[in-house]
Amino acid sequence: MAKQLPDVGSGGTVPPARRSRIVLAEITRQDTRAERTRAELAQQTQVGEALVRGLVRAQLALALRLSLVVAIGLGGLPWLFAIAPSLGRTTIAGVNLPWLLLGVASFPFLIGVGWAYVRLAERNEQDFIDLVQRPEH
Amino acid sequence: MGNDFVVPAIVAVTLVTVGIGFYGLRLARTTSDFLVASRAISPTWNAAAIGGEYLSAASFLGIAGLVLKYGVDVLWYPVGFAAGYLALLLFVAAPLRRSGAFTLPDFCELRLGSRRLRILATAFVIFIGWLYLVPQLQGAGLTLATVAGSPYPLGALLVATVVTANVALGGMRAITFVQAFQYWLKLTALAVPVIFLALQWQADGRPAVTPPDGPTFRAATTVVVEHRATLTLPDGEIREVRPGDELTFAAGDPVPDVSGVATEAGDWLLPSAAGNDDRGLFATYSLILATFLGTMGLPHVLVRFYTNPDGAAARRTTLVVLALVGAFYLLPTLYGVLGRIYTPQLLVSGQTDAVVVLLPGAVLGDGTVGRLLAALVSAGAFAAFLSTSSGLLTSVAGVISTDVLGRGSVRGFRLATVIAGAVPAVLALHVSGLDVSQVVGLAFAVAASSFCPLLVLGIWWRGLTDLGAAAGVLVGGGAAIGAVLVTVLGPPLTGWPATLTTQPAAWTVPLAFTVMVAVSIATRRRAPADVAATMLRLHTPETLRM
Repeated sequence: MAKQLPDVGSGGTVPPARRSRIVLAEITRQDTRAERTRAELAQQTQVGEALVRGLVRAQLALALRLSLVVAIGLGGLPWLFAIAPSLGRTTIAGVNLPWLLLGVASFPFLIGVGWAYVRLAERNEQDFIDLVQRPEH
Repeated sequence: MGNDFVVPAIVAVTLVTVGIGFYGLRLARTTSDFLVASRAISPTWNAAAIGGEYLSAASFLGIAGLVLKYGVDVLWYPVGFAAGYLALLLFVAAPLRRSGAFTLPDFCELRLGSRRLRILATAFVIFIGWLYLVPQLQGAGLTLATVAGSPYPLGALLVATVVTANVALGGMRAITFVQAFQYWLKLTALAVPVIFLALQWQADGRPAVTPPDGPTFRAATTVVVEHRATLTLPDGEIREVRPGDELTFAAGDPVPDVSGVATEAGDWLLPSAAGNDDRGLFATYSLILATFLGTMGLPHVLVRFYTNPDGAAARRTTLVVLALVGAFYLLPTLYGVLGRIYTPQLLVSGQTDAVVVLLPGAVLGDGTVGRLLAALVSAGAFAAFLSTSSGLLTSVAGVISTDVLGRGSVRGFRLATVIAGAVPAVLALHVSGLDVSQVVGLAFAVAASSFCPLLVLGIWWRGLTDLGAAAGVLVGGGAAIGAVLVTVLGPPLTGWPATLTTQPAAWTVPLAFTVMVAVSIATRRRAPADVAATMLRLHTPETLRM
C-alpha cells in the first residue's frame, strides 16, 4: 500500500484571516492562464502529457549525453592502455600515467561531470516551469 | 601489536557513536522524526552522512590491501565506487526523491502497483543487505584480532551489538548524526597518518616503490602465514606454505614470488591489459560495470534520499557526496603503495587487508607518534564497520518492519532491527573464511543486475510492466547470485569460466536489461494505467505541485 506522505512544499497552516490582494486585471488574467496550464498537467490532458514527455525526454537525453562523456573519458582507458602499452610506461614526475589518471584525475573529472549535470538539469526544469507558467498570447 | 592506545581509541569511537545516538534519541519525538528524520536535515549533513555510511570496510581496508597485492588494475575499485554516485545522480536521484518512495519495495509498488513484485524486491533487499553486513562484521572481528589480539568473535559481536542497539533505540535521526561524524573521522584517520608516512618516506631517502630486483625486506622479519600459498624463493626453490607456518627473512632479502600476487614490478605497475589478454580486459570492464551501476541498487544508499526535502536537494546532496567520497578515495591508494615498501611481509602472510592498520607502526616504529597514529587508523576502521552496518541495518529493518511484519510503528521497527541484526551476526561467526572484498563485489554485481535496471527503466521508460520487471530481476539478479555462489562455494575454475563467474556483471547486467525490456514489450497490456500521472510526479519540479 502506498503510504500517503505529507507534502513538504505545502507545509504550515493556513492563517485564519485571509488577506485580500488587489491586483491589476491584466495580471489576474495571466495567472488564470498559468493555472489552466497547471490544471492541464494535473488532469492528464494531451497538452499536459506532451509537456511532461518533452521534459522527460530532455532530462534523459542530458543524462545519456553525460554518461557518454564518462564512458569515453574513463571507459576508454582500459582499451587505450591495451592497444598502446607505451602509454602505461609514460611517467609524469616519476609516476606512471595510469596511476595518475585513475588514482587522482578521475575523481575531479567525475565531480565536474556531476556539477555540469546538476546545472543543466536544473535549467531544463526551469525551462519547463517557464513554459507551463508562461501566459498564452 | 602491544599498542596500548588501540583499545582505548576503539572504545572511544564506540562510545561517541552510542553517545550521539542518544543525543539523537532525545531529538526524535514523533514517529516521523524516528523513521525519516522529519526530512529536516541540511544537504551538507545529509551528504556527509551518506558518505559516512557508504565508506565501508571494503573502502577503508580493502582497497589499500588490493593495491598492495595487485597494483594499478584494482584502482578501478575506488574509481567505480565513486562513479556509482554519478550514475545515481544522472538517472535516479531526483526522480526517486519525488516518487516519495522510502525503500525499493515502495518504489516497485508506486510505479507498477504490484504486490508480488514488491515481495520479490523485499527478498532482494534483505539478501543484498545481509550479504553486505556479513563482511563488515567479519572485518571488525579480524581487525580487533590483528591490533589487539582478541579472539575473532569478539569484534564481530561487539559491532553487531552496538549497531543493533543504536539503530533500534535511535532510528534514522540518530544515525544521520552518527554517520556524518563518522565520515569526517574516517577521512581524518587516513589523511593525518599519511602526512607522517610521506615525511618518513622522504627522511628514509625516498626508497623506490618498484626496485629493479623486486621488493625486499627492509628489516629482519618473521612472517606467520595466514593463507595457503605457493612461494617461489629467489634460489628457484618452490615451497607450499600453510596457515601457521613461520618463515624468517633477513634485512635486504628479496620478497619471494607468491602465487596469485603481482610481485614482478611490471605486473604491479602497468595495466594488465597490455598485451593480448582478452580476459583481463573483460574482467576490468565487468568490474567497471558492477561498481558504476551497483551503487544505485544498494538498499542503504537509496533510503537516504528520502531525507532530502525535494528532488533538487536530492541532486545537490548527491553531488556533494560524490565530492566527499572522491576526496576520501585519493588516500587508500597511497597506503597500498607505501605498503609495498614497508610491509612486504603481508604479501607472504596473505593478510594484505591489514596494511592500513599495520603501516603506521611499520613506518614510524613503536614510538608514541607511531602508536598514536596506529590507534587513530584503527578507530577509523571501526568507524567504517559501525557506520556501514548501521546504514544497512536501518534499511533492512525498515523493509522487514513494513513488508514482513506489516507494521510501520516504532515498536515494529525495533523488533525488525533485532531480527535484521541477529541473522548476519550468526552468519559472521560461522563463515570466517570468506574473503571480504569478494563478498562486497558480489553485492555490487547482484545490485547492478537486479535493482539498477528496475530503477532506470522504471524511471525513464513508460513501457515497463510488472511481469517484465519481475522477470528481469529474477533472471539477471539470479544469474549474478548463481555466478558468485559458484565462485565462493564451487570448485576452483580456470580460464574463461573463472572470469565469467568471478566478474559476472558484464554479462548479467545486459541480460537483466534485455529480459526486462523483452518481457515488458510482450506483456504490453499490463503497463499500469496511471503511468502518465507517475511520470508527472517523478519528473516535474515540486514548485508546480498543486
